[in-house]
Amino acid sequence: MTKSLLKSREIVLAAAILVLLLAIASRFPAFVAPSNLANVFNDTAPLIMLALGQMAVIVTRCIDLSVAANLALTGMVVAMLNTLFPGLPIPVILFVATSLGALMGLANGLLVWKLDIPPIVVTLGTMTVYRGIIFLISDGAWINAHEMSDTFKAFPRETILGLPVLSWFAILTVLGFVLLIGRTSLGRAFFAVGGNPHAAVYTGINVGRTQCAAFVLSGALAGLTGYLWVARYAVAYVDIAGGFELEVVAACVIGGISIAGGIGSVGGALLGALFLGIVKNALPVVNISPFWQLAISGSAIIIAVAFNATSNRSKGRVILKKAEHAQ
Amino acid sequence: MLANTQGIENVHPPVTQDQKPVLSLQGISKSFPGVKALSEVSLELYPGEVTALVGENGAGKSTIVKVLTGIYQPEEGEIAISGVPVTFPTAQDAGKAGVTAIHQETVLFDELSVAENIFIGHAPKTRFGLIDKKEMRQRARDLLDRIGASIDPSVLLKELGIANKHLVAIARALSIDARIVIMDEPTASLSHKEIEETYELVERLKAEGKAILFISHKFDEIFRIADRYTVFRDGQMVGAGKIRDVSEPDLVRLMVGRSVDQVFPDRKPNRGPEVLRVVGYSHPTEFEDIGFSLRKGEILGFYGLVGAGRSEFMQALFGITRPSKGAIRIDNEIAVIRSPSEAIRHGIVYVPEDRGKQGAIKGLPIFQNVSLPSLKNTSKNGFLRLAEEFRLTRDYTQRLDLRAAALDQDIGELSGGNQQKVIIAKWLATQPRVIILDEPTKGIDIGSKAAVHEFMAELAAQGLAVVMVSSEIPEVLGMSDRVIVMREGRIAAEFEGDDLTPERLVRAAAGISEVAQ
Amino acid sequence: MSSSLADEKAATRQVPDRLRNPLQRFLASWELLLLGVAVAVFVLNSFASPYFLDPWNLSDATFNFTEKALIAFAMALLIISGEIDLSVASIIALASTAMGFAVQLGAETPLLIMIGLGVGLLCGAFNGALVTGLGLPSIVVTIGTMSLFRGISYIVLGDQAYTGYPSDFAFFGQGYVWWVISFEFLLFAVMAILFAILLHKTNFGRAVYVVGNNPVGALISGIRVPRVKFALFLLTGLMSGVAAICLTSRLGATRPSIAFGWELEVVTMVVLGGVNILGGSGTIPGVVIAAFVMGMVTFGFGLLNVPGIVMSIFIGLLLIGVIALPRLAGRLLAARRG
Repeated sequence: MTKSLLKSREIVLAAAILVLLLAIASRFPAFVAPSNLANVFNDTAPLIMLALGQMAVIVTRCIDLSVAANLALTGMVVAMLNTLFPGLPIPVILFVATSLGALMGLANGLLVWKLDIPPIVVTLGTMTVYRGIIFLISDGAWINAHEMSDTFKAFPRETILGLPVLSWFAILTVLGFVLLIGRTSLGRAFFAVGGNPHAAVYTGINVGRTQCAAFVLSGALAGLTGYLWVARYAVAYVDIAGGFELEVVAACVIGGISIAGGIGSVGGALLGALFLGIVKNALPVVNISPFWQLAISGSAIIIAVAFNATSNRSKGRVILKKAEHAQ
Repeated sequence: MLANTQGIENVHPPVTQDQKPVLSLQGISKSFPGVKALSEVSLELYPGEVTALVGENGAGKSTIVKVLTGIYQPEEGEIAISGVPVTFPTAQDAGKAGVTAIHQETVLFDELSVAENIFIGHAPKTRFGLIDKKEMRQRARDLLDRIGASIDPSVLLKELGIANKHLVAIARALSIDARIVIMDEPTASLSHKEIEETYELVERLKAEGKAILFISHKFDEIFRIADRYTVFRDGQMVGAGKIRDVSEPDLVRLMVGRSVDQVFPDRKPNRGPEVLRVVGYSHPTEFEDIGFSLRKGEILGFYGLVGAGRSEFMQALFGITRPSKGAIRIDNEIAVIRSPSEAIRHGIVYVPEDRGKQGAIKGLPIFQNVSLPSLKNTSKNGFLRLAEEFRLTRDYTQRLDLRAAALDQDIGELSGGNQQKVIIAKWLATQPRVIILDEPTKGIDIGSKAAVHEFMAELAAQGLAVVMVSSEIPEVLGMSDRVIVMREGRIAAEFEGDDLTPERLVRAAAGISEVAQ
Repeated sequence: MSSSLADEKAATRQVPDRLRNPLQRFLASWELLLLGVAVAVFVLNSFASPYFLDPWNLSDATFNFTEKALIAFAMALLIISGEIDLSVASIIALASTAMGFAVQLGAETPLLIMIGLGVGLLCGAFNGALVTGLGLPSIVVTIGTMSLFRGISYIVLGDQAYTGYPSDFAFFGQGYVWWVISFEFLLFAVMAILFAILLHKTNFGRAVYVVGNNPVGALISGIRVPRVKFALFLLTGLMSGVAAICLTSRLGATRPSIAFGWELEVVTMVVLGGVNILGGSGTIPGVVIAAFVMGMVTFGFGLLNVPGIVMSIFIGLLLIGVIALPRLAGRLLAARRG
C-alpha cells in the first residue's frame, strides 16, 4: 500500500504538471508544440542534472548548498582555459570540468566524512569560498562570447537526432541515475545510509564514505553542468547561477525527496525540476511577469512538502515510538 | 506461519563431546577513553550449538558483538575461525568470514524492499555489474521459504510488522551463508507467539549447523534453547560451560559476582482513599473503554502482551495523546488532561520506558534536569533562580543517593542507574500524587532492579499511588497489590490477592478463557 | 560491578554543586577563543591601516553587522531549539516592500514602524504555523517561504524601487544617539542584553535549551514544545522586521533584492558564535563576539581595498575552520594519548 503511495506521490506531481500544461495549452497552444517543449526541456536540463546529484546527497541525510558556486567556478575555469588554449578539444574540457567539480564535491565530502561537520555548515562555507575563488582567479572580470572559441560555445547547442547536446546530457544523466539508484550497490547504499545509518554500519556500509560519494557525484554533475552552462550562455562571471542552489533543493523537495533522508526517487527529482522549468518558461508566454516565478516556486515547495508530510502521516500513532527512531 | 511449535522443548540434539569450535576468541581486549570495555576475554562458539552470552548491562556484551562484526577493532587478542586466525577491519570483512548479527531492534531499512534488505551489500550482479533484480527476488523468496516465512520479497520493509521484519533479518543472516549467527536479545520486543516462532527458527539454524551466539536477559529462555553459556562481568569472561551443568542461581551468581536475593521487597498493603478514577477512556485506534480506580499507597500493575495498548493508554492518561472519550477524576473532581503540563499540574507524572532518550535531557546538567518540571516553583516572575534549583536538586538527589561528580555534570555522563535516579528525583520534586512507571526495570541489571523495586515500595509506603506497566510476570506478581491485564486495547481482567497467579495473568493476556480449560 | 563496593563506602558523600567554578568554565569556553580571534583581528587591522582606529571609521564599521546581528540573536535561539529560519532575508524584503508601499500612500513614520514589525511578525507566524502546526521540517519550509516572501516583493516591485521615505524615518538607520554611537549600535547593544537575559536567565530560555536537546523529553517534562517553537519563529520574524526598518532607513530605498543572501551570513554569524547547528547549545555572548569579528574583518578588508567577495572567502573558511580545528585538535590529542 505504501509502495503504491510512493508511486502515487510521483503520479500526483506528473498529473499536476499535465494539468499545468493543459491549462497553458488551452490559451496558448503554441506552448505545447513539440519544438517548444523541447526548448523547455533544454532550458531545464541544468536544473535536472543538478537536482539528480542533489537527490543523492539529500537521500544520504546531507545537503549540498555549494552546487551553484561549484558550477560557476568550474565554468569560469574552463572558460579561462579556453581563452588560454583555444585549441583544447571538447572531451578534454568535459573531463576537466567534471573532475574539477568532483574535486570540489570531494572537499565537501571529506569535511563531512572525516571531520563530522554538519553538511549544511560545510557547504555553506565552501559555497562562499568557491564563489570567492572565482573572483580571485578572474579578478572580477567577465569572459565574454568573443573571447571563447566557436567550438567551445557551439558544443551544447549542436543537435543530435533533433535535440541539442545539452538535452542529451540531461537524458543521459537521468538514465545513468536510474541504473545507479536502482541497480548498483552504491545507489542502494545511499538509501540505506539515509534510512538507517546505524543499521548501515552493521551491513558493512561505510556511512561517511557513502555520503562522501554522494557529494562527489553531486560535485561532478555541477562541474559538468558548469561548462555546459557557460558555453550555452557564452559568458562567465562571478555571479552566474547565483541562488541556483536553492532552486535545485526546491526541485528535490517538490519531487518528494525527504530532507530527513532515505526517501526519494529519480522520477521525483526529474519531475520536480521539470515542474519548475515549465513554470519558468510558461510565465512569459501566458503574459505573467517573470517576477512571479520566485513566489510560485516558493509556494510549490510549501505545498509539496505539506502534501508529502500529510500523506506520510501514520494513523494516529503514539509519538514516543516515532521519536525513538528519529534519533 | 511456521509449523506448529509443539514438542520443540526437548529436541536439543545431543552435544557431541569433542567438537571443535568454529569461532574462538582468545585474550580479546578493547578499551575506550577511561573504560576498559573488554579485558582478555575469550569466547568459543560451536557448530550446531547455541551459546548464551549473559551478563549485566555494561559487562561488555555489546562490545564483543561489535568486535565480532568488525565495528570495533580489539587492541589485543586473536580471533580464529575454524582454527585459522582472522581479523575484521570492517563490517564487510566479518560478513565475508561468515559472521552475521541480528539485532535488538531488527535494524534494517524501511524504504528498501524485502529482497534488497536481505541482499544489501552482497546482491547478485549481472554481467555488467548491475544488481540482478530478478535473481535477487528469486533467491530472497527461496530463503524466506526456507524459514517458512510467507513474505513477498518485493514489498517495502516498512509494510511488515516487527515479527516479519525479524524474519527478514534472519533471512539476511542465511543469505550471506553465515556460519556464525549472533542474536542480540532477539525476543526483547516480541509477543508470546512470535517468541515461540523465534525459538523454532533457532532450532532450524542449529539443525543447519550454524553456531549461534544468543544474548538474552531472560533466564527461562536461556535454559530452554541454549547448549552452552558464557558469562561476562565487568569486561571479563568469568565463566563458561555446558548449560546442563549449571543452575539458574549459579548463573546469576556468576553474573553479579555475589548471590542476589531475587525476593521482592516485603510490603504491607497500606491503601488509603481513592486518588484517581478513570472512566471509559477510549482512543480511536489504540485502546477502548479503560476504567479503574487507584488509591493512595497502592501499586497497580498493568500486564499484557506487547501491543496490548498499555503504554498507549498511559501516554493518554499523561496527556501526550488525547483520548476520544472518557473522563478522569482526581480526588473525586473531574480533571481534564490535554497535555503533559496539565497532567503534571494535576499531580500525575510519567516515567517513560525509554529512559535514555525520553526521560533524560542529555546535554543539560543534572540540576537543570531535576528542576525542569518544577521551574515554576524555583523561578520568580519567569526568571531563573539557580540557587533554588541547586537546593531542590540537592534535596531530592540526596534521598536517592545519587552518585555524580557534581550537580552541574551533564546527565549524559552518568551511568544508566544514576540517570534513572535523576529522572525519578525530578518527578518527586513536583510532589506528585500518582506516578506512572512504564517498564521501570526493562533492560537494567539485576542489582539495579532490586534497588528500583525497593524504591517503589518506599514510595507507595509514603502514600504515593504507583501505576506500573510491566511485561515481566515475576515483577508484576512481586510488586503489585492489584493487577489489570490488558488485551487488544481493552481491560481483559483484574486480579487481586489470591487470584493473582502467573497462569491467570498469561491466560487473560493471551485471551484463553478459564472455562475452556 | 566492582565499582559498587567503592560506591557504597562513599554513600554519605555529598555531591558538590559545581565541578568547576565560573572562571574555569570561561577559560575553557568557545567565547574566550572567539574573543582571542576578535582581539587578533582588531590588532591586525590597526596595524594594517592607519584609518582603522579612527572612532568615526569604527562607528561606520558597526553598520556592517548590527542589522544582521539583530536577526542573529533571534536565530541563535531558534537554532538552539533545533529549528532554523532561512527566510529572514526575504522577510526583510517583504517588510521593506510593505513599508515602501505604505509610503506611496502617504504613511508617516510611526505607521511605517508598525507595518515593518507587523509584516515581520506575520511572516514569522506563517513559518511557525507551518512548522509546528503541520509538523514540517523547518529547513524546507523556510526555503519555501524564502522564495515566497521575496517573490511577493518581486511581484509588487518588479525592477522598480520604492523611495521617498519621510525624512524622520532616516533616523533608524542613519541617526546618532551620542557622539559616534549610532542608533543602530545602541539598538544592537540593548538587544544583545535583552536576548542574553531571555536565553540565559529566564524559564523560557531554559525551555529553549531543553527543546533543542530532547524535544520528546521536553514534552514529557511538561514543556509545550510547539508553543516554544512558534514563539521563536515569531521572535525571529519580529527581529527581521526590526532589521528591515533599520536597513530600509539606512538605504532610503526598497528594491526586491534588498538584503539578498543575508540568511547565510546570519546563520554563519550564529554558528561562528558557537551555537551548535544541530541544536541544544550556544550562547548570546558568543554570537555578539562573532558579530564583531565578522564586522571587523569586513571593515578591515574594506580599508585595505580588498573586495567584499574575498572577505566572504575568509568568512567561509572561518566558518569551517572554527568548527574543524577544535575537532582536529581533539583528535590529535586523543591519538597521542592512545
